[in-house]
Amino acid sequence: MSFDRTDVEKIAHLARIALTDDEIPATTAKLSGILGLIDKMQAVDTRGVTPLAHPLETTQRLRPDTVTESNQRDAYQAIAPATEAGLYLVPKVIE
Amino acid sequence: MQWEIVIGLEIHAQLTTASKIFSGSATTFGAEPNTQASLIDLGMPGTLPVLNAQAVRKAVKFGLAIDAEIGMTNVFARKNYFYPDLPKGYQTSQMDHPVVGKGFLDITLDDGTVKRVGVTRAHLEEDAGKSLHEDFQGMSGIDLNRAGTPLLEIVSEPDMRSAKEAVAYAKTVHSLVRYLGICDGNMAEGSLRCDCNVSIRPKGQAEFGTRCEIKNVNSFRFIEKAINTEVQRQIELIEDGGKVVQETRLYDPNKDETRSMRSKEEANDYRYFPCPDLLPVVLEPAFLEEVRAELPELPQQKRERFVSQFGLSTYDASVLSAQRELADYFEEVQRVCDDAKLAANWVMGELSSLLNKADLDIEQSPVSAAQLGGMIQRIKDNTISGKIAKMVFEALANGEGDSADAVIEAKGLKQVTDSGAIETMLDEVLAANAEQVEQYRAAEEAKRGKMFGFFVGQAMKASKGKANPQQVNELLRKKLDS
Repeated sequence: MSFDRTDVEKIAHLARIALTDDEIPATTAKLSGILGLIDKMQAVDTRGVTPLAHPLETTQRLRPDTVTESNQRDAYQAIAPATEAGLYLVPKVIE
Repeated sequence: MQWEIVIGLEIHAQLTTASKIFSGSATTFGAEPNTQASLIDLGMPGTLPVLNAQAVRKAVKFGLAIDAEIGMTNVFARKNYFYPDLPKGYQTSQMDHPVVGKGFLDITLDDGTVKRVGVTRAHLEEDAGKSLHEDFQGMSGIDLNRAGTPLLEIVSEPDMRSAKEAVAYAKTVHSLVRYLGICDGNMAEGSLRCDCNVSIRPKGQAEFGTRCEIKNVNSFRFIEKAINTEVQRQIELIEDGGKVVQETRLYDPNKDETRSMRSKEEANDYRYFPCPDLLPVVLEPAFLEEVRAELPELPQQKRERFVSQFGLSTYDASVLSAQRELADYFEEVQRVCDDAKLAANWVMGELSSLLNKADLDIEQSPVSAAQLGGMIQRIKDNTISGKIAKMVFEALANGEGDSADAVIEAKGLKQVTDSGAIETMLDEVLAANAEQVEQYRAAEEAKRGKMFGFFVGQAMKASKGKANPQQVNELLRKKLDS
């Protein structure tokens, strides 16, 4: 399997990455190379192997349901580009 | 063309935990913007999520209550999309290995029939923040207090065939999560939100039609209206030669219409993959048993018990068992007065209309279960008639006495059952209406019924409603027909 230009344009859009027309051929080639590697892995017979959700052989530790965080809004918002009335401001988004 | 409606619901239930699913921030509703958003909730680099044990426990509780397969090893996954109220760029959710697998819920329809609706799965995930689109110098404001609030997304099979069935299912889920104490069910505050997947197909066709998803419908009434409106739109579209496009739509209650929000093929490529920041969650059988032991009597079990133990109709039993607090109230009234049918009638009749009018919850009822039960006892032992009972009930609601007995005593409402006294009163009534008595006696049998009612009315009026109605009826008939 390999990528064509349309695939790359779509993925770039989903990832919100701006690619210029010049960059697309090189990106397409690179991604196709990665897919080649995946094709090779797909060819390995994995029947009888339990799917692995995580490489660490341990399980999730749970936390008791207690509130441990206090209000640090001023500190966190000190590095925000824009705030108002306690809100983080971002370029206008309307669906 | 006969169309069949196919509906599946996705219900997001906010779990009632003190802290968020992956951080120690508080989940209190209505706090000042961003005062409950920690570095983890803000998606800052270098932070790691730690799963809240209560969120898992509550999800498992739901799974056990719907007889579902529990994901003994369940895995969190990242659902990737870009939106400013999701600062990490992905929502931590579950995909292939949810905590709750296949289960089912039985719903009772208006005509009393029971229908089984499949639950495909229920998975844990985090909520997103809120975007405020009012004008902030041409920008949007983001409040991340809600980001990271634990949600249980309950996905049904496309098993419902009408808007009414969908509402019945949603109400069943709502009632269940409140019984279990895992969600407060407050739809106005968004604690329970519903997405409706709606499609139509010609009756008899096996394949499903193309579906539309109506997002975030926040009341039972709107679920019904939104589905019916959307069905109408799809039928008109197809009958005019058009095609339904798979897309997400929004319901506008003011205009009673749905409108397109975004089309699926464009936006919904979520590129799920297992979240490397969270390890698989492994549940032990002993833990399941511990949670199972905590399960309360569930609405359906309670309903069945109300039918078998008290002889209530299925309808009465399902109304009374829909809410745990209401069921407890009814059972207390029943215990005090030892008459389930009267208790059910009063709770569903006078009490419910009183609470509706005053917009009160059952817990805030001005008449306690003990007071109502005590009053029903007085109906049963003929101290008061059903009609006088309404006055007593009103007095209790207005705080005019601590008990029905006190009200009856203070207002002199005790029913007159002394037949001698009633006869004297009736003689007076008949003497005062001598003309009508003559007409009655001269009238044909068929016309007498209505005329008889007139005398009963006069007699009850004369006794200020206190004469025992059965005795009045009997004695009057004797006197008039003799």
